[in-house]
Amino acid sequence: MSDQITFTIDGVEVKGKPGQTILEAADAAGIYIPRLCFMKDLIPHGSCRVCTVFINGRPQAACTQPITEGAIVENDTAELKEHRKNIIDMLFVEGNHFCMFCEKSGNCELQAMAYRLGISAPKYPYLFPKRDVDATHPDILIDRNRCILCGRCVEASRDVDKKTIFEFVGRGADKKVAVNANADLKDTDFKATDKAADVCPVGCIIKKRVGFAIPVGQRKYDTKPIGSDIEAGKK
Amino acid sequence: MSESKRVIIEPVTRVEGHGKVSILLDENNKVTQARLHIVEFRGFERFIQGRPYWEVPVLVQRLCGICPVSHHLAAAKAMDRIVGADKLTPTAEKMRRLMHYGQMFQSHALHFFHLVSPDLLFGFDADPKIRNVIGVAIKFPDLAVQGVMMRKFGQEIIKATAGKKIHGTGAIPGGINKNLSIAERDSFLKDIKQMLEWSRGALKIAKDYTVENLQKIASFGSFDSNHLSLIRKDGAMDLYHGNLRAIDSQGKKIFDQVDYSDYTDYITEEVKSWSYMKFPFIKSIGAEKGWYRVGPLARVNTCDFIDTPEAEAARKEFMAVTNGKPNNITMAYHWARMIEILHSAEKINELLNDKDLQGTDLVVKGKRRNEAVGLIEAPRGTLFHHYKVNDDDQITMANLIVSTTHNNEPMNRAVAKVADEYISGVPKITEGLLNRVEVAIRAYDPCLSCATHAMGKMPLKITLYDYQGNEITSRTKE
Repeated sequence: MSDQITFTIDGVEVKGKPGQTILEAADAAGIYIPRLCFMKDLIPHGSCRVCTVFINGRPQAACTQPITEGAIVENDTAELKEHRKNIIDMLFVEGNHFCMFCEKSGNCELQAMAYRLGISAPKYPYLFPKRDVDATHPDILIDRNRCILCGRCVEASRDVDKKTIFEFVGRGADKKVAVNANADLKDTDFKATDKAADVCPVGCIIKKRVGFAIPVGQRKYDTKPIGSDIEAGKK
Repeated sequence: MSESKRVIIEPVTRVEGHGKVSILLDENNKVTQARLHIVEFRGFERFIQGRPYWEVPVLVQRLCGICPVSHHLAAAKAMDRIVGADKLTPTAEKMRRLMHYGQMFQSHALHFFHLVSPDLLFGFDADPKIRNVIGVAIKFPDLAVQGVMMRKFGQEIIKATAGKKIHGTGAIPGGINKNLSIAERDSFLKDIKQMLEWSRGALKIAKDYTVENLQKIASFGSFDSNHLSLIRKDGAMDLYHGNLRAIDSQGKKIFDQVDYSDYTDYITEEVKSWSYMKFPFIKSIGAEKGWYRVGPLARVNTCDFIDTPEAEAARKEFMAVTNGKPNNITMAYHWARMIEILHSAEKINELLNDKDLQGTDLVVKGKRRNEAVGLIEAPRGTLFHHYKVNDDDQITMANLIVSTTHNNEPMNRAVAKVADEYISGVPKITEGLLNRVEVAIRAYDPCLSCATHAMGKMPLKITLYDYQGNEITSRTKE
């Protein structure tokens, strides 16, 4: 068996190794496929569907789909962009995302993705759900208004920290991140040094008292759009 | 049964936010009641409950698009106390001061050049088609440009200190999140001389207008009142920090050097059914006579001196008009405001030449508290922020007394005075007469919503009602 697999993304030839996902091979080639729930070092689970690409004409999540010889992958197309915008739009209106006073603003992957995709305002009506804030932990605050149910905290706590502090409960519109305790986060053995404290793509799980310490202009996505670091490695 | 009429001015134009004036007339067109109503509702005190305290300086400034820096800094000053930062680093304090003077400079420029100058340059009775900012731009293009450029300068200072021109994030609990780079400093130093020159020019316009028309405007919407502001320990005007001083109409101190954390011992608020805005007053005097004015007029009246030479010289000239006694002329607000614009420019010049602004020690912390008050002299007057925070770092109580709220009773008095003097008994109420009511309100530079900006030529609807509330006639100014 060859140790190299060749396929194309938007007509560009890409070489990868067996076992790599399309997203990993694309990253290595400097081609950015938009994504939200995916995070390096965590097991991809294809839940947000932002990284959906067409593989030989069929829609698949690039973060979970392994590369195959000769596959024709479509990524940067008008149809997929529209599809991704719809997902991001829905995530915005399904939560309470007030970027204007959110400390994650400028470092937020959801916000950065909206900017990259050219969303200036959601087109769907806001649902304004009633969500709660868990401020009981001395070092960490959970603001569920901003949760997009990406599952990173669930995985990081379970697979990296080996604590299983977070888990989803409820279904559909009532689904939310719960903590493994009878009451609040303070009742768990969660630590600010845990991996799960550093994986939230939005301002849901935040470290207390950091706030707006980074000035505007020096935040991660202030000057370059999300994905620029991957595109900078283009071969 | 006697027949009464009601004249409504809605919205009041060339002020920030939305309000309306109602004037009740009897069958002889005599004014029986005149009120300024605040028709917007602000729910910030309630909906910030539960939010983490470090978010508040950024969140609560969304009250306003004109002077958000004031709310940003008042909240940050309260949060300094919450985190136990009783003394900021020189870099942090001076960066915040620079932000604040930039704010004062741009806000006063906006008010004077864009909102008020049409009344002063064209007269109260001038055709409303030209009595607006566009008219100023056509007839006095140099002035219009100065107004825009001065506002821009102030806004750029805010951007360099807060990160954004509107709703920045610079002030954080215990300090500031950036210093001023050499490049930023030099870009301002390049323009500061021009700004000082234009400030002198604006001061001259306001002074000359007041002095030349003194006889006419001395009684226009004027009345004796108490005055309140922050004051530095040595009695100097200090727009960023100090203790509270209140004086009566003759200059006698009602209280002095009061630590503003104890403000509830000295000031309380009254609620009236016809306005969303409360009516604050000095406790020891009572609601009837304890109301007071805040803002430029009050600040120039309460201070013993101004610590920048040109503004101090201007203050002396100002005080000479009333023989050293407090000036109670409503229209003198404009002159006092332009003394402050020059003072702000002088302060900005001082700060830009201070190397502390390039320091890197930005934040301090100390012993955590659960309750704190932050005060600042906003462009429109003393701004109070009061918060309680629980052990989980969440806001449990917020009380904001904004500058315009302090001036609520004075503005109502000004409206009543003008209505009585100019509208009472007049057979035909003209647009010019109604504009006089607005001129009196505008002197206070009110931010009626303390929310968004409503500048320039807004439609003015005047409706006459009979005593049963039936519309008799209506006229709309486009």
